[in-house]
Amino acid sequence: MDKLMLDGNAVAGLLQEVFAAEMTSAIGSCATCGATEPVGAIHVYRGAGIVLRCPHCDNTLAAIVRDERRVWITFQGIRALELAWERA
Amino acid sequence: MARAAISGRLTWQLAEVVDVLTETPRVKTIAFDVADWAGHRAGQHVDVRLTADDGYQAERSYSIASAPNGTRLDLTVVRIADGEVSPYLADELKPGDRIELRGPVGGYFVWEPPQGGPLLLVAGGSGIAPLMAMIRLRAAAGSAVDTRLLFSSHGWDDIIYRDELERLNGNGLTVVHTLTSSQPPGWTGYARLVDAEMLAEVGPSPAERPRVYVCGPTPFVEAVAEALVHLGHAPQGIRTERFGPTGG
Amino acid sequence: MPPISRGFHRRRQPDGDPSRVPPGQYVTGDFPVLSAGPTPHTPLEEWSFTIRGAVEAPVSWSWEEFVALPSETVTTDIHCVTKWSKLDTSWKGVSVDTLLEAVESKAEYLTAWSDGGYSANLALDDVTDGRAWVAYEFGGLPLEPEHGGPARMLIPHLYFWKSAKWVRGLALTLDDEPGFWETYGYHNHGDPWLEQRYQGD
Repeated sequence: MDKLMLDGNAVAGLLQEVFAAEMTSAIGSCATCGATEPVGAIHVYRGAGIVLRCPHCDNTLAAIVRDERRVWITFQGIRALELAWERA
Repeated sequence: MARAAISGRLTWQLAEVVDVLTETPRVKTIAFDVADWAGHRAGQHVDVRLTADDGYQAERSYSIASAPNGTRLDLTVVRIADGEVSPYLADELKPGDRIELRGPVGGYFVWEPPQGGPLLLVAGGSGIAPLMAMIRLRAAAGSAVDTRLLFSSHGWDDIIYRDELERLNGNGLTVVHTLTSSQPPGWTGYARLVDAEMLAEVGPSPAERPRVYVCGPTPFVEAVAEALVHLGHAPQGIRTERFGPTGG
Repeated sequence: MPPISRGFHRRRQPDGDPSRVPPGQYVTGDFPVLSAGPTPHTPLEEWSFTIRGAVEAPVSWSWEEFVALPSETVTTDIHCVTKWSKLDTSWKGVSVDTLLEAVESKAEYLTAWSDGGYSANLALDDVTDGRAWVAYEFGGLPLEPEHGGPARMLIPHLYFWKSAKWVRGLALTLDDEPGFWETYGYHNHGDPWLEQRYQGD
């Protein structure tokens, strides 16, 4: 536990801005340990950029880096993301 | 099972201050009106953005403390002594001022009456804000669902929404305070940090499968979540929202 | 231009000699704590520092051996890519020059690697000739875990993400291999005076 750590709610606005969808209720699975959790329950660290880590094995799920014009999102630690699908 | 994704790109909207209320010596509630507000769910938050005249910007997240109510939303702000944003929001803003906000945000840490209960809400200090939105929504909807609030504050005068919680106590809502730094004369309530014993005494048993929401500073949330799991509550039934310092 | 928030201004910070502040930076009196992951807590009895990779033979020091190496006290300015700069910070540590004397290598690059999986890639040119240290004291006291203790890299002429916290060794490499933040969007080199913050800058 780190007192600076937050949970996925802390990046809800950023993720919604990028994906045009509410992401904290999406379910992610960890490519390292296989655990599944809603994005709202994952661990968020703030370093030079934002790091999302698996709450079970601490491995990096995703990293987000941004400046005024661009955002880099790396997903290499997520096996899959599941969102509910509402077809029009 | 993933819940429905609420789609729609978020944009920054202008929010106008309509009222500023003093909750405690360090805490204010600021009531905003947002012209195109599409409503929100209890537990969601907004991101607030301030721009100085040299272009410098600061962003912070605040939970919406009010139940859905047209174009109105309330944010409760704790003034942090050497903070950059909270003293501005708490001390400078006046009715008529406008700031930018983006939201509502969040779909994981939310509650609405059809989801039922029993509910166990555990708040550490300003962590009460999103839980108060749930309590206010419950009252407005006339819900009688078994709801227990365990609320940790430093002292009697630090309890945010103290009088309103006293009025709402009853009709299925039980409010229990613990005062961790100082207690008023004659206090017979809890006077220590939230622990497993307290949670077992106040909360529903694991067999009742309550929906649990825990909000506050990260160390508080960690300690409470761990204690609940120790008591036998299912981890998937415990939703957390950690508040933290802005870091760098 | 977004609407101005009446009466809002950035928190007052100490003034700094402008010639010491790279473009886009502001001086802070704090020492902000930023972290890409949980703070490791390796006990000193289990700690070691290793130089390995493209070397004739790897070399390793225990904590006692490491702090017995010739050390230097350094006073310098540091610059974080998140825009804060801190002037006149004082450190004690072992020069990377001293450490590299213990190995033979033809490598031109290296990766500093840390407990918890963090890494930063560097060119040999950037860490030799008195430009880099492995520091274990800050401000005259043992380096605290939240700031990278027991030991971290100190490479003040590059953005501070290159100064890997909780460092456990250097891996010498024949090719330049991007580290943690370099893979995720930050600049491969990171010179604050050229504002090399992000990939493509």
